[in-house]
Amino acid sequence: MILAWIIIVLLAGGLAAWFLARWDPLWARRTCLFALLLDLALAVSVFWLGHIETGAAGLPETGAWLIELNVPWIPQLGIGLHLAVDGLSLVLVLLTIFLGLLSLSSAWSEITGRVGFFHFNLMWILAGIAGVFMSLDMFLFYFFWEMMLVPMYFLIAIWGHENRQYASVKFFIFTQASGLLMLLSILGLFFIHGANTGDYTFDYTRLLGTQVSPSIAIWLMLGFFIAFAVKLPAVPFHSWLPDAHTEAPTAGSIILAGLLLKTGAYGFIRFLIPLFPDMAARFAPVAMGLAVASIIYGAVLAFAQNDLKRLIADTSISHMGFVLLGVYAWNGLALEGALMQIISHGISTGMLFMMVGSIQERIHTRDMDVMGGLWPDAPRMGGVMMVFALASLGLPGMGNFLGEFLVLFGTYRVSSAFAVIASLGFVLSTIYSIWMIQRTFHGEKRGGYRVRDLSSREMAASAVMIAAIIWLGVYPQPVMDTASPAFNGIQGAAKMQKAPDPVSGRPSKDARAKSIWTLTP
Amino acid sequence: MDADTLRALLPLIIISATPVAVMLVLAFYRSHALTVFLVLAGLALSFASLFPASGLLPRMAAGLLVLDHYSFFFMGLMFAATFAVALLSYGYLGRKDIFPDEYYILLLIAAAGSAVIVSSSHFASFFLGLELLSVPLYALISYPRANPRNVEAGIKYLILAGTSSAFLLFGMALVYAELGTMEFPRISTAALFPGTDRNFVLAGVAMIITGIGFKLALVPFHMWTPDVYEGAPAPVAAFVATVSKGAMFALLLRYFTIFDIRRYGSLMLLFTVISIASMFAGNLLALFQNNVKRLLAYSSIAHLGYLLVAFLASGVLAAAAVAFYLAAYFVSTLGAFGVISVLSGKERDADMIDDYMGLAWRSPWLAGIFAAMLLSLAGIPLTAGFIGKFFIAAAGVDSSLWALVIILVINSAIGLFYYLRVIAALYSRRPGALAASPKLPVLGGITLGALSVALLWLGVYPATMLEIIRNTISRFF
Repeated sequence: MILAWIIIVLLAGGLAAWFLARWDPLWARRTCLFALLLDLALAVSVFWLGHIETGAAGLPETGAWLIELNVPWIPQLGIGLHLAVDGLSLVLVLLTIFLGLLSLSSAWSEITGRVGFFHFNLMWILAGIAGVFMSLDMFLFYFFWEMMLVPMYFLIAIWGHENRQYASVKFFIFTQASGLLMLLSILGLFFIHGANTGDYTFDYTRLLGTQVSPSIAIWLMLGFFIAFAVKLPAVPFHSWLPDAHTEAPTAGSIILAGLLLKTGAYGFIRFLIPLFPDMAARFAPVAMGLAVASIIYGAVLAFAQNDLKRLIADTSISHMGFVLLGVYAWNGLALEGALMQIISHGISTGMLFMMVGSIQERIHTRDMDVMGGLWPDAPRMGGVMMVFALASLGLPGMGNFLGEFLVLFGTYRVSSAFAVIASLGFVLSTIYSIWMIQRTFHGEKRGGYRVRDLSSREMAASAVMIAAIIWLGVYPQPVMDTASPAFNGIQGAAKMQKAPDPVSGRPSKDARAKSIWTLTP
Repeated sequence: MDADTLRALLPLIIISATPVAVMLVLAFYRSHALTVFLVLAGLALSFASLFPASGLLPRMAAGLLVLDHYSFFFMGLMFAATFAVALLSYGYLGRKDIFPDEYYILLLIAAAGSAVIVSSSHFASFFLGLELLSVPLYALISYPRANPRNVEAGIKYLILAGTSSAFLLFGMALVYAELGTMEFPRISTAALFPGTDRNFVLAGVAMIITGIGFKLALVPFHMWTPDVYEGAPAPVAAFVATVSKGAMFALLLRYFTIFDIRRYGSLMLLFTVISIASMFAGNLLALFQNNVKRLLAYSSIAHLGYLLVAFLASGVLAAAAVAFYLAAYFVSTLGAFGVISVLSGKERDADMIDDYMGLAWRSPWLAGIFAAMLLSLAGIPLTAGFIGKFFIAAAGVDSSLWALVIILVINSAIGLFYYLRVIAALYSRRPGALAASPKLPVLGGITLGALSVALLWLGVYPATMLEIIRNTISRFF
């Protein structure tokens, strides 16, 4: 039941904030803060409850669920409210709450109009995201997947910047349309599983291992792939991202980059590959190709920007490429790297967006051509920005380095070519990150600004985040320990499937693709 | 006809007796509130009488009407929808300078017509129901007759509905001439009889489909829809969009299932083409509308196209999908038109998108309800429309209608665009053309509240509705 409460607290907190804001906006913010802290407590308690339930000293080896809730919802269609977390989900739920707090803090002074409705949307997005990370029923998963879109749309369309209408509609249509393709795949899987076994269910644990003939499996897999690749986003499905990130208010950008994109990555790990392991294996070269293309192309896009926020948005494409690469490399190292990258990118990019938000709040522009020389006025701001720019370029000692390094390490075992090309991303990210700092904080002062430095509230939030990113870089073991049983479990689930196509008689062609899977340690 | 059959007919008897009663009362005493009360009581009574009568099903009445759970489900839906329309009309008509009372008589007759259509099993009763539904609509659409727009819409509807009725009659005559029967169940068996001229029958069926297609506003019989929706008073437009179309679709589903449409490749092809054309035409034309009523008109064309996907899938699951989708579509459409009715003033309806600019900041509840209804029409989670669309997609996938389902997906994405346009206007920071905070009428507010609850209920916990559908619609198959 705790899992349901995590979602209910967020939903109720959002509603309460909406109503309370009529009397006092401050109470809306406090309500959200309280709800998020309560959720944090609940999520952390799952960690301990999991220990108690399994009775073991550590987490279960094979990635059994730490805690589970399964009640019928629409029994006529075999749909249940099936929520469960393993280490992977738990880490991501914690990240959700953590970044929720960060975005709440960024909105504290930035959002002054329609405060109640803003916080309602914020909390409901977080609820949808938490739901995605916890649901094990495919219908429920799709339900949450789509549920977070509407509040996100409102967040961009109402509190966004100049071009908000265009960006919000584009975001909505891209994600919704791709989601519908996934729905078709889910339905296809549902009916095939039902026809095979007589068990019509949307339950993920039972759908695992469904025998699908390859000619159909490729289409079902593609339906999932497009939905997740749009969210991630991977080239060529990325074009909504720069618009949405740039136009969204700071809190929206933090959630988009930090969490929404991660639901795509999570989808690959939890659903796509375990459900279609063989087809995913055959598709892996294409997916990894797209991943490498994203890494390079995102970085190149970032060079071309004058808009500071858009630059950071484009770097997200590049960094998320590493995640996709790691996922399709599908070995322990690469998966752990992907997770590290998910978390670190969430924190570092979230903070970069927060800094851009602070700059924009002060000088009312995001145009780097009129910035420059901000450092003497705002050394603290510059320092924080520098730290996260370094994190983002992959400086050893911070989480991002570890993530990207592990991904490359894992990928190298599978395909050295992809690893070599992807490592170019390191070089490119170094250049654009340094260049970004150079143009904004150093050099000659071009605008006649007097910039206020970070307030102590902002400094406190930054300090927590700096500590987090360094902790992730230096001592990531707790995260790894939590997540690796889950990865073992997922990899096990994917391996359990027999090759569905013994009659196709084309082993030579498949052999190369298959080798990607057999090389896993 | 025995006593049990009469008792089973009770809902139809009550819905037919109510307009007579209202007419008699009006001869003595004119009061808007009293009239509405009687109308609502009559509708509620008809609805309630479905339950005791449902124990006596199924049975035939006079060879014309079939009373079974299938028809009762749709009767209930029609009565409930008419109830909502009547509630919305009260405030709407109260703000106009016209005698409102006869409006309700017409509305009730139309509702009775829809109930006859869903239970008809004979060409005669079908045609009777159709005319009972159509003739009052001519008057309802042009009811505020001081306004030339209303009269224009009414005449347009009159002419086109008359033409389509003629097609329908001709088609029925052709079928009768060849098969020698006018009863639906016999037609399907007689059509298989060796020696019948199938082309003759198909020509007749094609003409019947023309008539039905007109009522359902399917492409290419859709031309009247935007003009009539725009010209009609908002509650009447809601009635046309829901009850009139829903009744027709229920009939179509029932008899083409008996007919086993899958045996006739040409009919399948015909409906596939109509479905695809309706989806695309509805959604693409809606993109360019600045009038909310016209936008909803085009969107309803598209929705009927979606429904045809489930119709073509044919089977128990598909029928359940149609029933659920209709219920969801009824709630969302009534809600959307309800908001328009509530906001409409004395002179004109609040039907331009500009009217809704920034409504959310003046009356957040109303804007929230409108947004929810539009999101439901777009098929977004937490609303009834989401489950409905999911269900239709499921029916399509189950029958491997991949092409149709993928077109449905594409159209959903196109559809989002214009629903979002209205929603963006609602939440726009610019103030709109509509006067400051509109005052919400009590009855209208209650209706909208109830519709929103229904919307969320169907969207979040559809199991109840599915159970009802399983006990009614699915029994038929």
